[in-house]
Amino acid sequence: EDGEFLGMKGLRGQLGRQVADQMWQVGKRQASKAFSLYANIDILRPYFDVEPVQVRARLLESMIPVKMINFPQKIAGELYGPLMLVFTLVAILLHGMKTSDTIIREGTLMGTAIGTCFGYWLGVSSFMYFLAYLCNAQITMVQMLSLLGYGLFGHCITLFVTYNIHFHSLFYIFWLVVGGLSTLRMVAVLVSRTVGHTQRLILCGTIAALHMLFLLYLHFAYHKVVEGILDTLEGPNMPPFQRVARDVPVVSNAVLNTTAKAVALTL
Amino acid sequence: FPGLADVSISQDIPVEGEITVPVGSHSPDEDYSTLDEPVRDTIMRDLKAVGKKFVHVMYPRKSSALLRDWDLWGPLVLCVSLALMLQGGSADSKDDGGPQFAEVFVIIWFGAVVITLNSKLLGGTISFFQSLCVLGYCVLPLTVAMLVCRLVLLAGAGTVSFIVRLIVVVAMFGWSTLASTAFLADSQPPNRKALVVYPIFLFYFVISWMILTFTPQ
Repeated sequence: EDGEFLGMKGLRGQLGRQVADQMWQVGKRQASKAFSLYANIDILRPYFDVEPVQVRARLLESMIPVKMINFPQKIAGELYGPLMLVFTLVAILLHGMKTSDTIIREGTLMGTAIGTCFGYWLGVSSFMYFLAYLCNAQITMVQMLSLLGYGLFGHCITLFVTYNIHFHSLFYIFWLVVGGLSTLRMVAVLVSRTVGHTQRLILCGTIAALHMLFLLYLHFAYHKVVEGILDTLEGPNMPPFQRVARDVPVVSNAVLNTTAKAVALTL
Repeated sequence: FPGLADVSISQDIPVEGEITVPVGSHSPDEDYSTLDEPVRDTIMRDLKAVGKKFVHVMYPRKSSALLRDWDLWGPLVLCVSLALMLQGGSADSKDDGGPQFAEVFVIIWFGAVVITLNSKLLGGTISFFQSLCVLGYCVLPLTVAMLVCRLVLLAGAGTVSFIVRLIVVVAMFGWSTLASTAFLADSQPPNRKALVVYPIFLFYFVISWMILTFTPQ
C-alpha cells in the first residue's frame, strides 16, 4: 500500500537508474572529449616530421653564423633535434657528475641533470619569447624552442670534450670558439628578425649572456662542489682554493688521456 | 500505463521466438578454467612466458612473440635487480642507499616512456606497452653485465679489472641496442630508422655508463 506496490517502486527505481545512467554517459562523453583534445599526442606530430639528413644538416648549420641580417632568416620549427640534444646534454652532465664524484645532498643526480637542462631549454626559451614579444621580433614559440635547442649542440660538444680532458685552458678555448659560434648564429637569426637598434641590442645581449654563462656554469658547477667538499674534509691545513680538477677516477682518466693523445698523434 | 491500453494481440498469430540467448564462444569457459586452476599452474605459465621472452632477447630473431603478448613482469624484475645491484656505489655510503635505487628506476622507466613517445610521434606502428615491454626486456644483457662486473670487482679494482669490465659492458651494450633495434626499428618507415635508434642508443649508453662507473665501497 505504501509504495510497496511493485509497479510504483519499480518505476521510481527505474527512473532513478535511468537518470544516473544518463548522467554517467554525458560525463563520460565530456571527459573523453577533453582527453582527446588535450592529451592527444597527435598535436605534436607535425613537429617530429623530419628526416635524418635534415637533422644532420641543421646540427651543422647551428654552428655557422649567417651574415644576412636584412631579411628574416629561416628557422625550422622542429622539436625532434632539440629534444634529442637536451637528452644528450643530460647524459653528458651525468657523465661529468659521475667522473667528478659530485654528491648531491637533497635529491638525485638524475633529477639535477634533467632539471638543469630542461629548465634551461624551456625556461630561457619562454623568457626569450617574452622578450621577443616586447621587442616586436618575428619569432614563434616553437621557433624559439628550436633555435635554442640547436644552440645546445655547441654546449654538448664542449662539455663532452672538456669533461674528459681536464685542461682549464682547453675549456676556455672551447668556450670562446664553440660557444661563441653557436651564440653568434642565434644572435644573427634574432637580429634578422628584429627591427630597431635598441630592441636588437636587448634581445641579442640577453641571449648571448645567458647562453655563454650557462656553459660556464655547467663546467664549473660540478667541479666546485667537489672542491668545496674536499676542502672541508681535508681540514684547515689545505692551501687556499685551487683551480685544479680533482677526484677523477685515475684509471679511466688515464685511459681517456692516452686515447686522446694517440688520436692526436695519428691525426 | 495509458500507452499500452490499445495494444492487443489477435488470437490467431502465434507468438514465437527464442528465449535463450546464444552463449558467446568459449570465453566464459576459459575464465572459469583459469580461475579454477591451481596457483602453481598460473605462476608456471607466466614464468614460462617471461622465460621465453628472455630467450628471444638473448637470441634476437625476427619473431613477433615478444611483441604479441607483451607483459611487464620481466622488465620489472630486471629493473629492480639492476637497481639493487647498483646500490651503495658512491663515495658517501652512509646515506646513499635511497637515491641510487630511485635514480635507476626513474632512468629506466622515464627513458623507456620517452623513447616510446618518440617512436610513436615519428610514425611508428607499435603500441605503447609493446614498446615498453621490448625496451624493458632488452635491459637483460646489461643486468648480466652488472653481475659480471660485481664479480670482477670482488677480485680487485685495478687496471686489468677495469679493462675486463669495459669490454664486457661495451659488448652487452651493443647486444642490448641491437636486440631492441631488431624489434623496434621494423615498425618505423624505412628512412627514419636512425631517428628512432639514436634515443635507444642514448638510453642504453646511460645505463651502461652507470654500470661501468660503479665502484663499491
